[in-house]
Amino acid sequence: MSASAQAVETAHTRGPSALGGDFRRAMSLTWTLAVTDFKLRYFGSVLGYFWTLMRPLMLFGVLYFVFTKVFSIGEAVEHYPVYLLTSIVLFTYFSETTSGGVQCLMNRENLLRKMHFPRIAIPISVSLSALFNLGLNLIAVLVFAIASGVEPRLSWLQFPVLVLALTVFAIGFAMLLSVLYVRFRDIQPIWDVVLQITFYGSPVLYVIGMLPDSIQREMLAGNPLATILTQMRHAVIDSSAPTAAEMIGDPTRLLIPSGLIVVVFCLGLWVFTREAPRIAENL
Amino acid sequence: MRPDRAASVPALSATTSTATEAARSTPTIGSPPAVSVEGVSKSFRLPHEQYSTLKQRMLHPRRSRSFSELHALRDVSFDVAQGEFFGIVGRNGSGKSTLLKCLAGIYGADSGRIDVHGRLSPFIELGVGFHPELSARDNVTINAIMLGLTRKQAAERFDEIIAFAELEEFVDLKLKNYSSGMSVRLGFAVAIQVDADVLLVDEVLAVGDASFQQKCFDEFDRMKAEGRTIVFVTHDMDAVRRFCDRALLLERGEMLNIGEPDAIATKYSEINFGVVGEDGPAGRPGLPRTRVARAWCETAAGPAAETARDTFTIGRGESCAACMEVEFVDAVEDPVFSITFRNDVRHTIYVARSDFDAPTGSFAAGERATVRFSFPNWLAHSTYTLTPAVMTADSRIVLDQRVDAVTLRVETNRITGGVADLPTEVEVERG
Repeated sequence: MSASAQAVETAHTRGPSALGGDFRRAMSLTWTLAVTDFKLRYFGSVLGYFWTLMRPLMLFGVLYFVFTKVFSIGEAVEHYPVYLLTSIVLFTYFSETTSGGVQCLMNRENLLRKMHFPRIAIPISVSLSALFNLGLNLIAVLVFAIASGVEPRLSWLQFPVLVLALTVFAIGFAMLLSVLYVRFRDIQPIWDVVLQITFYGSPVLYVIGMLPDSIQREMLAGNPLATILTQMRHAVIDSSAPTAAEMIGDPTRLLIPSGLIVVVFCLGLWVFTREAPRIAENL
Repeated sequence: MRPDRAASVPALSATTSTATEAARSTPTIGSPPAVSVEGVSKSFRLPHEQYSTLKQRMLHPRRSRSFSELHALRDVSFDVAQGEFFGIVGRNGSGKSTLLKCLAGIYGADSGRIDVHGRLSPFIELGVGFHPELSARDNVTINAIMLGLTRKQAAERFDEIIAFAELEEFVDLKLKNYSSGMSVRLGFAVAIQVDADVLLVDEVLAVGDASFQQKCFDEFDRMKAEGRTIVFVTHDMDAVRRFCDRALLLERGEMLNIGEPDAIATKYSEINFGVVGEDGPAGRPGLPRTRVARAWCETAAGPAAETARDTFTIGRGESCAACMEVEFVDAVEDPVFSITFRNDVRHTIYVARSDFDAPTGSFAAGERATVRFSFPNWLAHSTYTLTPAVMTADSRIVLDQRVDAVTLRVETNRITGGVADLPTEVEVERG
């Protein structure tokens, strides 16, 4: 070997790892997978972006009608339409990342069986692709929010942090679900049901203050999505709305939902790392 | 294809001296092997009852999960020298793809050790991750990045890749509109841009026309000259004979043989066609046991020039004889002898057989016979493989045969493009 092409000695007996290997290559691979996925979604049809945007908008339209005109829940909430749209978009992001994660390994079977690369690139690319989508949807949200009279404030800077927390939580699930799906094919319908429950079990359509006092704290502690959405409402939409810390009673209790996010992420990472060497042969 | 190519490939070269860029790598004795495989075993668990849903697992938590083990690889050990072109051959299910996947690190081995010296190409198939809905332009970029190039490198080498694949007119066509040959060309063109010292290739030659195959092998030669190592899985014995320095034959996950490509290819043909070699006659119940002991070629002057083991060379128009020696373990009545000539693309060119002449008579148990088929050699310039066989009197059942037992090279200075080169008188009448 010449000096420039330095000899690399590799011994591999255990199969591909989840993370190991060339970090730069893993990153560019993840990026490429996500961009390709994204491209295919939007350039496959002329109205690709339109339809992706239409889904949350249609859902928003229906829910808005039902909850303001039929049940008139929304009247009690300042900027309810903006809150509804934002929470739907965020929930869509969570659901896209996690349910995309379920089948992601199966969908990339060809790659997994023919190429050696850090396996984590696949679930991460799924969430990255969902993140691109979130970005596009947020443009619509921003326009709508400004048009509805929500004023930009410094506390909007909290928003990226909240999205980051949501992302970590969602990636944790994506990793966990992707390897579980390799073993159990009914993870798909099970997760659909779980998402359905989570949708109604999180303050997407309502705000946490509308719930009976007794379960407000439990929901915030047990469901990180609820915490994130509550804090988002305070930081982005209505500064008079209570913060998550106020709603949960004691700021230190916020450690519970934060801890949950970390636990889900670590569990997902651990399970994924453990299964990574055998993914190719179990598919 | 040019039959002289095989001769230009050194037979066994842990010490190939063709390295033109000495700076890069010169395979020398004492340098560590590019790939070293030690006692690698791999088995797959095949569950008897497939519980693939959580529901089933919940309903039957304690039902024993019995499974049978499929031993895909058993205790495989070999070294591949730097700069070597190493073939892995075997029948379907013999474990060759599993071995390649273990080498690539896609599968983990159950036991044993694999050491790779140098950068390993991460893929084992061409065009991994090609997407039919994207244009060739996008696919090349994506594929190159997947194989480890940076975005900048991919952009720089793009024109070179397209030029090699000869697809300049089709860069913006979606891949789904490509023929399979075209996408393989594209995949190959990208793959050779990968900066790897050790390349793993699975069945590269399955698709693609003859001229592109030639181009691929020229490229392999160039890589070899740079000191790169190629590990190559195939069914194509012709390619093994022509390009590999050494080959490994796998059968049911075990190493059956390793060594000279010619010997490996012959052995492969034997196991493939269920022919008995040194092990003795098959002896199917009810059939007389017979054995083709050996085969060779002669010219009028005596034995033909044997350029390599079981390889004979003759010229155009020479009178020659294809011969076989047969051993009759049991008595046989009027057996039919034949020798089938196949050319390098496995077309049957000529079958010399005894059943159109007088019956061959009866042979007693333990008798040996030499059969000689003499003919003037009007075969075209090419390489032929000869398969001697002994059949029953009605020529319906093959008692024994040795597929490709002999290689016959017909060397002339006339490349005609036909399969026969008959004695021809040319007359041109003017007016």
